[in-house]
Amino acid sequence: MKPTTKLADLILLLCFAAAVAAGPVILAPIGAGYPDLLDKFVIYGIFAVGFNILFGLTGYLSFGHAAFLGVGSYAAVWSFKLISMDLLPAVLASVVLSGLLALVIGFVSLRRSGIYFSILTLAFAQMCYNMAYSVLTPITNGETGLRVLRDDPRVLDAALGRTGFTPSLAGLEMTGWTGYYVSGAILVIAFAISIAIFRSPFGMTLRAIKSNQKRMGYTGYNTRPFLLTAFVISGMYAGLAGSLLAATDPLAGAERMQWTASGEVVLMTILGGAGTLLGPVLGTGLIKYFENIFSAYNAHQLDVTFSFLPDGVREWVVHGLGLFVGEGWALTLGLLFMGVVIFLPGGIMEGIMRLGRLKRTPIVKSLGDSPQRDVIGERAIDEMPPEDGSAPARKEAPKGETHAGEPQKPVKSSEMKAATS
Amino acid sequence: MTDKTFSFSRRTALKTGLAGVAAIATPTFFIRDAWADDFCNMPKGSTVTLGFNVPQTGPYADEGMDELRALQLAVKHLNGEGDGGMLKTMKPLALEGKGILGKKVAFVSGDTQTKSDAARASAKRMIEKDGALMITGGSSSGVAVAVQSLCQDAGVIFMAGLTHSNDTTGKDKRAFGFRHFFNAYMSGQALGPVLAAEYGKDRKAYHLTADYTWGWTQEESIKDATEKQGWTTVKTVRTPLGAGDFSQYITPVINSGADVLILNHYGKDMVNSLTQAVQFGLRDKTANGKKFEIVVPLFSELMAQGAGENIKGIIGTANWDWKLDNEGTKAFTKSFGAEYGAPPSQAAQTCYVQALLYADACERAGTFNPTKVIEALEGFEFDGLGNGKTLYRAADHQCFKDVLVVQGKDDPKDKYDLLSIKKIVPAKDVTYDPSIFGGELGSKDAKKC
Repeated sequence: MKPTTKLADLILLLCFAAAVAAGPVILAPIGAGYPDLLDKFVIYGIFAVGFNILFGLTGYLSFGHAAFLGVGSYAAVWSFKLISMDLLPAVLASVVLSGLLALVIGFVSLRRSGIYFSILTLAFAQMCYNMAYSVLTPITNGETGLRVLRDDPRVLDAALGRTGFTPSLAGLEMTGWTGYYVSGAILVIAFAISIAIFRSPFGMTLRAIKSNQKRMGYTGYNTRPFLLTAFVISGMYAGLAGSLLAATDPLAGAERMQWTASGEVVLMTILGGAGTLLGPVLGTGLIKYFENIFSAYNAHQLDVTFSFLPDGVREWVVHGLGLFVGEGWALTLGLLFMGVVIFLPGGIMEGIMRLGRLKRTPIVKSLGDSPQRDVIGERAIDEMPPEDGSAPARKEAPKGETHAGEPQKPVKSSEMKAATS
Repeated sequence: MTDKTFSFSRRTALKTGLAGVAAIATPTFFIRDAWADDFCNMPKGSTVTLGFNVPQTGPYADEGMDELRALQLAVKHLNGEGDGGMLKTMKPLALEGKGILGKKVAFVSGDTQTKSDAARASAKRMIEKDGALMITGGSSSGVAVAVQSLCQDAGVIFMAGLTHSNDTTGKDKRAFGFRHFFNAYMSGQALGPVLAAEYGKDRKAYHLTADYTWGWTQEESIKDATEKQGWTTVKTVRTPLGAGDFSQYITPVINSGADVLILNHYGKDMVNSLTQAVQFGLRDKTANGKKFEIVVPLFSELMAQGAGENIKGIIGTANWDWKLDNEGTKAFTKSFGAEYGAPPSQAAQTCYVQALLYADACERAGTFNPTKVIEALEGFEFDGLGNGKTLYRAADHQCFKDVLVVQGKDDPKDKYDLLSIKKIVPAKDVTYDPSIFGGELGSKDAKKC
């Protein structure tokens, strides 16, 4: 079976949509089945999917994506304040504004690559953050955050005679489960677009840039317009996520643009698996789960959980575990992150693929050097010329365990069959 | 790269169609049951859940942890465990130490991180997942205002913790929000005359202000109050919350021509800025022929502990102090000390009192229905909770009580005895007309989740 037929993509998309639709049921047993957290899963999922288009495909590590998220939120809240409580104008305003900002930042930053690009984007994002915090206080309301107020003009709503202060989409209020399903539907669409980009010649070009930008130059490709396009697209994704954040909770604060927020999306993508389609969404879920659920455990709840243990032992257990929950949630996340980076450099998706015995690792070197493992996007990579140019013949799959760190030769499934028969 | 074209077989079409229908039907399936309650999170079992949303990380973490300790103590007392604390001194009292309306009190806690976003996410979790009936705590006005408007939208009562901005019960007041703590305006009214008596009437003040709603309103209130006494304001400078290093803001003060530095900072920010100001030698200076003075309009024991030696002689205001001589204070300090081995801070006291007041209001209303509870709290007059006679004003849901002017002690007996009470300003001197800050409460109708 070829892994990247349109049918396979369609099945992936349908499964993804079904998982989003069934999210409340699937996640209820682990205590995550409530609207606000699921909102965060899908919205930051959009953010990470967009980030992955830049980082996963081109290998350009942007450390300033939170700026677009923040600008998206501010644009959406201003649209709620000035135009209408409807979602459409807000999303439009956010996506356009963050796209424009991405164009400007990308135009400057993409003149450099590698660490210099990361530092440039980080610098721009911090500038945006500090401006939102101090100079632009009349627009952003600084630390307090921009909120929707009763006496805002809302020109369109006033003209149509609509009242109400809850963001809505064609009458559907963006609160509770309705908000989740609207955001979820948007995530599915965003995911579909991401699949389309991964499969398109454009996506192919981006992978080629990641694999060897110099050679792209020698073969006559001007890479910068491609990079800029990818940067703007992922900036628009971030803006979309920002506007949805503002819609499900109409408040935009400057902390959304802080470097920690930019770092978070990088963590989400790496944790899930950069360059894979599903990875970023999984990484998002994991990080947001830790942030919201683990941070809420307190010693009292631990006491109840371990009430079956004898008193002396229980105190030690509660005391020891207390370090890792509540205010110590970041410690647990840090340990998990270390574990993933050391043992599964390709993120959670690598773990899943290992479980599924799909140990095929295409030869793509990213700016770092973790080999990319994308079961679905693999065929495209297979067809690219090997990096050293010596065009080695395809080898049989090495038998037994292989070392994760070694770049492995791709093996066609047909050959795999031949080897085993 | 040509993909195999595929066509829909009838079977695929059927399957896809069914999956699609199921996907579309799912939301309605989940929404349907949510409308059964009379109001949001109506308690059905034998317990009632309260949400304690406090900063456990960030610049106000010390206050937050103390609030959490006090709230846990309040839960104990409400359930009839421990020595009862202020339940023994509160007048009038409807509670009997058997939970609220016969239901045992349970609680959930969360970390606001001193950030509006995180605080709202945490409060939403408590409301949506844990079924919290009331949210309390918090140690930043930015957070309080953000969470209060969230609670208004959700139809859940918010008993604000440590928030001192005029906006919380001023232009951003909400029907579902209540504040026991005093505000910046009251601080100004109480502090102005004391400062004029202590430092003279022709002082030049320089403000360093935390750049968010609390800092803004405190700067405004203190500026008004001191200018009324004849002071002039040289300059006001905004500093970011949680800045850590204030040296770049303090250096310009020395040559600005000012002879008083007013620090509108709180928590770790205040500890840092005061320590640095003292290290820069501001207090040993003379300017305009007068000794240079530093004023911290709002401070507490916890901050005094953080600032150590530097707090000596500094004048400010406080909502409450454990050394006050009244029944409620003694009872609370005793049971808090027995539980945690240290006297409570003013943050702890205000949260403890808020929890008791909410529970008592439910008991008096005879229901958990927020509309009735709001009505029970509005205009409620009580005594014996450490602040003397106190009124919950109906017009803006703000408590009116005596304000303390405190000063850092020169020779403290131990590390908890750092502040002396310089003056108790009676409630009537700090009472103001609710209309001066604008804003409106909005609807107090109960909502369904």
